[in-house]
Amino acid sequence: MILLFLLIITLAGGIISWIVSFRSKVACRWLSTFALIADLVLLFLLTIKYASAYSSTEQWIELVKWNWIPQLGIAFELGADGLSLLFLWLTVLLGIFSIAASWDEIQERAGFFHFNIMLILAGIIGVFTALDLFLFYFFWELMLVPMYFLISIWGHENRVYAAIKFFIFTQAGGLFMLISIAGIYIIHGRTTGQYTFDYIQFLNAPLTSSFSIWLMLGFFLAFAVKLPMVPIHTWLPDAHTEAPTAGSVILAGLLLKTGAYGILRFVLPLFPKAASEIALIAMILGVIGILYGAILAFAQRDVKRLVAYTSISHLGFVLLAIFSGNMLALQGAIIIILAHGFSTGGLFIIVGALQERIHTRDMNQMGGLWAVAPRMGGVSLFLALASLGLPGLGNFVGEFLVLMGTYQVNPVLSAIASIGFILSSIYSLWFIYKVFHGPLVQNRQITDLGLREMTVMVFVMAAIVWLGIYPGPMLDSAKPALKGIQSKFISMIEKINDAQ
Amino acid sequence: MTLSDLSALLPLIILVFGIVIIMLVQTVWRNHKLTLILSVLTFVISTAFLTVSFFAESKQVTSLLIFDNYAIFYMAILFGAALAVCFLTYGFMEGRNNIKEEFYIFMLIAALGCGVIVASNHLISFFLGLEVLSVSLYVLIAYLRAGPMDIEAGIKYLVLAAVSVSFLLLGAAFVYAYCGTMKFSAMNFSALTPSIGKSSLLLAGVIMIIIGIGFKLAVVPFHLWTPDVYQGAPAPVTAFIATASKGAVFALLLRYFISTNIFDYRPLFILFIVLSIVTMFFGNLLAIMQNNVKRILAYSSIAHMGYLLAALLAGGRWAIIAVTIYLLTYFITTLGAFGIITILSGKERDFDRLDEYRGLAFRHPVLAIVFSGFLLSLAGIPLTAGFIGKFYIFTANASSGLWILLIAVAINSFIGLYYYLRIIATLYSHIQEPQTVSFESRLMPSFSYAGGLVLILLVFLLVFIGVYPSPFLKIISGIVSSLI
Repeated sequence: MILLFLLIITLAGGIISWIVSFRSKVACRWLSTFALIADLVLLFLLTIKYASAYSSTEQWIELVKWNWIPQLGIAFELGADGLSLLFLWLTVLLGIFSIAASWDEIQERAGFFHFNIMLILAGIIGVFTALDLFLFYFFWELMLVPMYFLISIWGHENRVYAAIKFFIFTQAGGLFMLISIAGIYIIHGRTTGQYTFDYIQFLNAPLTSSFSIWLMLGFFLAFAVKLPMVPIHTWLPDAHTEAPTAGSVILAGLLLKTGAYGILRFVLPLFPKAASEIALIAMILGVIGILYGAILAFAQRDVKRLVAYTSISHLGFVLLAIFSGNMLALQGAIIIILAHGFSTGGLFIIVGALQERIHTRDMNQMGGLWAVAPRMGGVSLFLALASLGLPGLGNFVGEFLVLMGTYQVNPVLSAIASIGFILSSIYSLWFIYKVFHGPLVQNRQITDLGLREMTVMVFVMAAIVWLGIYPGPMLDSAKPALKGIQSKFISMIEKINDAQ
Repeated sequence: MTLSDLSALLPLIILVFGIVIIMLVQTVWRNHKLTLILSVLTFVISTAFLTVSFFAESKQVTSLLIFDNYAIFYMAILFGAALAVCFLTYGFMEGRNNIKEEFYIFMLIAALGCGVIVASNHLISFFLGLEVLSVSLYVLIAYLRAGPMDIEAGIKYLVLAAVSVSFLLLGAAFVYAYCGTMKFSAMNFSALTPSIGKSSLLLAGVIMIIIGIGFKLAVVPFHLWTPDVYQGAPAPVTAFIATASKGAVFALLLRYFISTNIFDYRPLFILFIVLSIVTMFFGNLLAIMQNNVKRILAYSSIAHMGYLLAALLAGGRWAIIAVTIYLLTYFITTLGAFGIITILSGKERDFDRLDEYRGLAFRHPVLAIVFSGFLLSLAGIPLTAGFIGKFYIFTANASSGLWILLIAVAINSFIGLYYYLRIIATLYSHIQEPQTVSFESRLMPSFSYAGGLVLILLVFLLVFIGVYPSPFLKIISGIVSSLI
């Protein structure tokens, strides 16, 4: 039931804060925050439950199931395991951060803004917990519309273009997934006589027919657009750049992660054979993403665009890791997902705060800001160092594990991917240099980060340090789920290798 | 004709009586509100009788009409649509100089025609119903006679409908020459072999009938009238053409296809796949280029007919359920979208230029959100009814392995998304300068409580079906047995 309450509280929080906003904007902001804090408490309970039942063989900590559309065998089925638990923590924490970050930025129609944020968060929570494919698709699409509004109403100059591009790209992927969902439903129904959308039942009877590669591609396409994988990433720089701060934080920190989660949760376990057939291509595309994103990040003048391209680079590691099928690499991917959520989310908050103060994102008009805003500079340096993979911080652990894991599978790709470390140092330091060092370009006086912003940043930095120094709990939490995913997948890869 | 035949016919008879009574009342006392009340009453009583007979056995009345659950269900939603249009019309007509009352009479006649069409399993009754519908639509389209556009739309519809009907009649004649009867069940295609031979007469006849139907449904390449008529007709009439008139003909097409086993004849099946795909692409691609909301919706309705054909082609049980649920959701959304246009329309002309919608969200946030909801439903986004319809099309086609149609529907869905989002983006974009183009100072010149009520109901249905379609699916699965 905790999962259901998680959804209800988030949704209700959104609706109530919209209603309240007609009276008071401040109350509406606090209400959303309180709703998310209540979510945190629920998550804490869930974690305790998980920790106490850790040794049991039961995969799902929580499982609720009600009939929804019995005519089609659709159920309202939510479940969480150790993997979803991590994603849920990330979701709620980043939700709070993004609301805190837009406290001053959003003055116009604040109620609708918070409603949209909460609706997106509810959609994301749903995606991370849905165990019925129809329900999953339902939540998958639920995140889109409010995000579209978020970008197109509160975004920057080119917002309408970016919003429509974002929507069409993700919807295109989503529709192919819908075809696959319909296909898997019919095929499963024909072979077993049971027409259902239940993930657990699909899991017990994975498809291995030659047709399954097409169904797998439908799912893969949807998740690859979100992730984003390189040839279909072009929505990302636009959407991230034009979105308001909260939108960018949620996009980078959460929406991209739904793609990774989808591949882990659906593509690999449901289509182990088909997925292993495209594994090499996916890994190559992942490596291309790492290098391409990093190089383009260095070429940007727009700060927000720079940060956006770094996401492509970091998520390339995730794609590489997932399809390597190596346990170390998979664990590394989880750490990257979490650490990237915090570090990039933090960077977007900083950049948003910068834009709020100096009304530009052009790096050529910045410079020397450390002198006037030392706190901001310090925090940015920390986040940039995290992003370039400084040992002791979260991203390093993740990327190092990924490289180590993939090296055992494919040394060449691993070696090429490690160039990404060098490139990320270049763009991260370039960002710090252009914005904070050098002479003060215009003699501006800007206010430094305030108490609210610093509080958020302290939490972000603490999370990154924790991930860097003591990632054990996270690794343990995700391990059983990852083990299940990996064992099937790896046996398929071995079969293919044997056949060759 | 026995008494029980009469009782089966009762819903249609009540409609006829209603029409006569309203006409008689006109001669004594012309009153807009009274006319509305009387027409509403007619629809309500008629629908009440329909619900009673839904639970009864299906009944063939003469060889022309059949009252099975399928016909009754469709009649109910068609009358519902006509009722909604009447409510919307009230605010639209109130305060105009035109004669208002006759509008409702024609609306009732048109609904009668729709009712006959969905209950017919004979070409003659289909023809009768179609003519009743078309003739009243000629009048309704040009009812306001406010400008050249209206007259043009009326004439265009008249000419094309006449052409389509003559195709239909010639086809019926061919079919009769071959079969000796015009019953649908007599034209069984499963007996035909691909080598044509003697059956070419039947084939030619059926193709002509389908051309006639294609005109009414605005399937490409018979779609040319749609945008002009949609734009020229008054907004409530457009809503009626887009929903009830097309829906009735589509329901007939479905019955025709199922009862003649037309899909067993491979060449026709392939022809229909091509038609469906071409219709979707044409509708959506042309919609992108429009700058008039009514024209965008017209082209989008062409595309939706393509989706419906895709659902139809799945065949069997799945096709019936998918077409019905899709039509139901399409009705709700289209009525809603045109309802918004109706409410916003001024007395001089309809509120249909895209740039007039700029910044509607700031002037009237509720209306903008509701309109966005309807547009998202047309695009098939979850939480709205449109998604359930689209989902059924996907599942139906997956079940019969028509992957090419599925992919075409998917590609078209995101082409379609572009122009729906364009409208939504316009609603929420800022107004650059103080509004000088507004031709009417009042924001909702055609608002009435009746129209508002309809919109609230439609929004409720939109979300209800989108979230919990189970009750409706239960009813719909009850009509499947009427056809197979």
